[in-house]
Amino acid sequence: MAEQLLKVRGLKIEGRSDETWNQIVNGVDFELKKGEVIGLIGESGAGKSTVGLAAMGFTRDGCRISAGEVEFDGINLVNASAKVKRELLGKRIAYVAQSAAASFNPAHRLIDQHTEAPVQHGVMSKAESEADGMELYRKLRLPDPENIGFRYPHQVSGGQLQRAMTAMAMSTRPDLIIFDEPTTALDVTTQIEVLASIREIVEEFDTAAIYITHDLAVVAQMADKIKVLLKGDEVEEADTRTMLSDPKEDYTKSLWAVRSFQRPQKPYVQTGQTPVVSVSNVTAAYGKVPVLHDVSFDIHAGRTVAVVGESGSGKSTTARCITGLLPPKQGHIEFDGEALPLDYRKRNKMQLRQAQMIYQMADTALNPRKTIGELIGRPVQFYMGLTGKEKRKRVDSLLEEIELEPSVYYNRLPSELSGGQKQRIGIARALAAEPKFIICDEVTSALDQLVAEGILKLLAKLQDELGLSYMFITHDLATVKSIADEVVVMKDGRVVEQGPKDDMFKPPHHPYTDLLLSSVPEMDPDWLTNLLKERGVDNIGDAAVGKM
Amino acid sequence: MASILRIIAQRLALGIVTLFVVSIVIFAAVNLLPGDFAQLILGQGATPEAVEAIRQDLGLDQPPITRYFQWLAGAVQGDLGNSFAQANFASFAGTDVGTGQGSVAAQIAPRFENTMFLAGVTAVIAVPISITLGVLAALYRNSAFDRTANILTLSSISSPEFFLAYILILFLAVLNPILPSLSNIYDGMELSDRFIKTLLPALTLTLVVTAHMMRMTRAAIINLLASPYIEMARLKGISPMRVIVKHALPNALAPIINVIALNLAYLITGVVVVEVVFVYPGIGQLFVDSVKIRDIPVVQACCLIFAAAYILLNLTADILSIISNPRLRHPK
Amino acid sequence: MNIFIAIVLWLAAIAAAGWVFRFVGQKVTGNKPLFRDMSYGVAVGYILAAVLLVWLGWSYVLSRSPDQTIANKYFFLGKAVEGFLLFAASAWAFRIFGRNVGSAGTRKLFRSMPLTASFGILTIIIYAIVAIFAGAIAPYGQEEILGAANVVPGGNPAMGGNPDYPLGTDQIGRDILSRLIYGAQNTVGIAFATTVLAFLIGATLGFLAATLGGWLDQLLSRAVDVLMAIPSLIFALLLMTIASAWAGSEKGLLTFYMVVIIAVIDSTRVFRLARAVGLNIVVMDYIEAAKLRGEGMGYLIFREILPNATAPLLAEFGLRFCFVFLTIASLSFLGVGIQPPLADWGTMVRDLAQFINFAAFAPQVASAPLLAASAIALLTVAVNFVVDWMLHKSSGLKE
Repeated sequence: MAEQLLKVRGLKIEGRSDETWNQIVNGVDFELKKGEVIGLIGESGAGKSTVGLAAMGFTRDGCRISAGEVEFDGINLVNASAKVKRELLGKRIAYVAQSAAASFNPAHRLIDQHTEAPVQHGVMSKAESEADGMELYRKLRLPDPENIGFRYPHQVSGGQLQRAMTAMAMSTRPDLIIFDEPTTALDVTTQIEVLASIREIVEEFDTAAIYITHDLAVVAQMADKIKVLLKGDEVEEADTRTMLSDPKEDYTKSLWAVRSFQRPQKPYVQTGQTPVVSVSNVTAAYGKVPVLHDVSFDIHAGRTVAVVGESGSGKSTTARCITGLLPPKQGHIEFDGEALPLDYRKRNKMQLRQAQMIYQMADTALNPRKTIGELIGRPVQFYMGLTGKEKRKRVDSLLEEIELEPSVYYNRLPSELSGGQKQRIGIARALAAEPKFIICDEVTSALDQLVAEGILKLLAKLQDELGLSYMFITHDLATVKSIADEVVVMKDGRVVEQGPKDDMFKPPHHPYTDLLLSSVPEMDPDWLTNLLKERGVDNIGDAAVGKM
Repeated sequence: MASILRIIAQRLALGIVTLFVVSIVIFAAVNLLPGDFAQLILGQGATPEAVEAIRQDLGLDQPPITRYFQWLAGAVQGDLGNSFAQANFASFAGTDVGTGQGSVAAQIAPRFENTMFLAGVTAVIAVPISITLGVLAALYRNSAFDRTANILTLSSISSPEFFLAYILILFLAVLNPILPSLSNIYDGMELSDRFIKTLLPALTLTLVVTAHMMRMTRAAIINLLASPYIEMARLKGISPMRVIVKHALPNALAPIINVIALNLAYLITGVVVVEVVFVYPGIGQLFVDSVKIRDIPVVQACCLIFAAAYILLNLTADILSIISNPRLRHPK
Repeated sequence: MNIFIAIVLWLAAIAAAGWVFRFVGQKVTGNKPLFRDMSYGVAVGYILAAVLLVWLGWSYVLSRSPDQTIANKYFFLGKAVEGFLLFAASAWAFRIFGRNVGSAGTRKLFRSMPLTASFGILTIIIYAIVAIFAGAIAPYGQEEILGAANVVPGGNPAMGGNPDYPLGTDQIGRDILSRLIYGAQNTVGIAFATTVLAFLIGATLGFLAATLGGWLDQLLSRAVDVLMAIPSLIFALLLMTIASAWAGSEKGLLTFYMVVIIAVIDSTRVFRLARAVGLNIVVMDYIEAAKLRGEGMGYLIFREILPNATAPLLAEFGLRFCFVFLTIASLSFLGVGIQPPLADWGTMVRDLAQFINFAAFAPQVASAPLLAASAIALLTVAVNFVVDWMLHKSSGLKE
């Protein structure tokens, strides 16, 4: 087999905060052969991006490599001079960043940025590199490969930019490419195109790669072996199939297990029952830009309706219409069979109380200057009129309900809590109003998988105990599978398809639902290969054109 | 291109409207004076007949709106009225209003030129120095150089202009007689001589403006260097010089232009105090003198000129930064 | 011309020394990364800094020279070095004091505080004490005309001084020390009142515009745009002309007008900031949550928005105070600000300015106007240091 290309041994990295250095990576080892792909996986704060950059001998400002070796093809990058490192970077080691939109220089054309590294490193002439660039664009299935390079970054869509950046990394035919979450910012249907093209081109040129991501299913498609990181510590490493089928460590097992939480389908709602919330023929616009067209669906007591769609599909706007923040142009919204005033300012306290909301970003949803007690106590006092001891008692019982110890958390500020705990406070604040109906707007998408799992279980428990109805806005079909009773699929401001969950996940589907469902990566290393076979390569291109 | 032209046209129109409204504000402010100009010119002891005569002469018997448009029409044509101080009261009976020795325009013109010279010399010294220092501070941020520069510029910004002026006089004119401490500039003097005499006030202004400009440049560049595309360029193994010239500079243009224009606009205010310290015969000194003797037409005219220059500079900055923005230059 | 040749030679020498420094460094340390990756410009920077430090030290030595002409020439540089060291030492001592005294919160604050900030805080405290107790501290009254005029500062009778008047007296025989102390009360007090007024106007309107939006926001924002299109010092001078006509001979009334005028002009800047800060907070989800709960406008502004705006507003208060303070000082210096007989630093600088020309042979005489000017500079520098630290701290917390 090929020789070792990269050896990382005992890598320790420190980061500076408040004038002191704290260790953020505590000794990581791995080796990479020529043409091999390793997946680095972990939750946020695991240090995987830091390790990825350190594999290039590079640290961001405020970080430093404090110990260990990074040996690339016999050269130790840790104590190499700046000049030696410059000769390797961009020539033999390349980098693909998470946000292509921010990582392309807005002032230059794509092709000029593409040719920069080959020309500067003396690999190719400008003309050769331009021709090669167009060839790479074609290989990566970018539309109009002859001309797309002459556009500026802001004139090209996100998925295309990500592929253009992969082409740029390939421009010098490097031995090693570091992919730093290249598809995290993309929608699922776009993600699959980028994944397929990255994998193809890496195989074609036999390039070694470090693939960094938090998404297990994605890394299963891309990597030959997987390394799991947790808070800067190494958990375990194994080849992909072994890792998926037979994880050794508890932490890895728990990561795998996340996908297993699933509520059983509840019996279908009988016809003739009055829904808790009924959205009928709602059409809405921001100023003159129409965003919703004739949206209708019902939410019944004790049920969870998941509204699914990609960014820009109008799912959050639907929530704004229901809450009355964006009064619809047409259509009406009923609550328990009675029409609600469309503007929230015209609703009475009772109507406001019945429908509560939980937000995606707990950081912006909780006033950072208020203690937990104040945050939850305010709706208790405002709606229930409780004060003093009674209020405290109610807040305590709410905190117990969301599984946080009242005496510990009552006087804390949101900044002293973890992301999952903050989201729990958001739930408690909604519960304090004793509502019938709660809108959950992407409540788990900012959280790590294990934490998200806990939130979903809590929401399910509360629904069973209190008979709540949820409208669950999400782009993540795994979340839909685990918690929804009914599903509404949206695209471009319209409802594409709706029905009970079990029906939705069984064919036949509307073509868009089909595209959406089949694009969600699965934990099977052969999933992408099979899917591509199934769809046929041209089909992916068609889907791409359809989306643009 | 069409959209960028439209944006520029919009900014220009907005600038003109602002200037127009500012002229109204200035005119209205002056008309808040108790009594009227006639009373003011002649003092408390004037006979009603004399007051009435001047009032008619100046058109004060007409309604304010008419007077405003007369003033504005004159101002647009370069006729800013007559100075009270220079006016020979007897000549008010005559008809040569706005052309004689006492006209505001005749008083302002040479001084305006002097002030522009001072501002020009300052800009030529200050802009290159401060941009260079600002970029250096950003590149070597948190180094000893950056920290020292931070303390020095903060101190310079915090000091009143006259303090810096007297410090410079102390060291460069009194203790080491290198430069003259008074700027007696007159018509027909040689350029080199004029330059030497302008140098000390120009250096004072440079100290103030450089501090501001350098801090703003530093902030803009640091902001820029933090962007992912700079990290990308460094990860491509490009030389540090090329990263700055090819990747940072084209994007730094807009913020730097903004910084320069803002500080030239700031010069306009700074010039007043510095001109007074060095007895520099510029428009700022004329303005302060006129304020003290309540020479309303001159005050009004100077104010309008300062405001116009200020608006013009901000407008230029706006338009230049629109032009240098690639997103606007190459629309989708 | 000689001086230019000298400058060029010096620069050439420094440039050469920079190269030598790096070369020797590489050889001596066996090519350690510090010297190996050092760019030429950085090497020159080190040499330049060393030359400047040596020059400053040598100047200090010269300022104590027995030869009176040389000592006079370096008198001010020497005093500046002494002053700098004194300030640095007292700031350091104050920081140690702060780290060991007070509540746990303040101790923690002092632990991460840079010297500049502790210097700023110490200075502000001293100014506040002097301003409040001016009447008790000052040896004479601010308007009191004493026997001797033009007494030289320094208190040394041999040089024309008088120990009764340590900083000398002015042209009409008022004690300069007392006037400096009363100046703290008048200048700082008036500037403080003006800033508070500017904040009351600007912040109230700014938050209203941010929360209500709509036509009120449009109207206020356009009005502020127009007012800000006139340079503030120019506008202040124009309005002061009118105010002086209104006030006539009543000096107190003119000072009152000045406070109002500057407050109104500066409130436009406060408005901009308050509105921007307000708008940033208004888009937060917790404001939306409060609106959907049915909360009223008062609760929104005072309970949800204001607590989150205190940090930027406090920093702005410091900066605004500096601007106001400098504007008033400039107006007074130009003769249209705080009116005599009130003691005021700006006016004192103007009145004493001509003494600077005696600096070459009688440096003590020349120091009087510089003392008044540096009294102004010192306070603004101090406030700016503290604000700089606050801004740095709050921006660092965000990351």
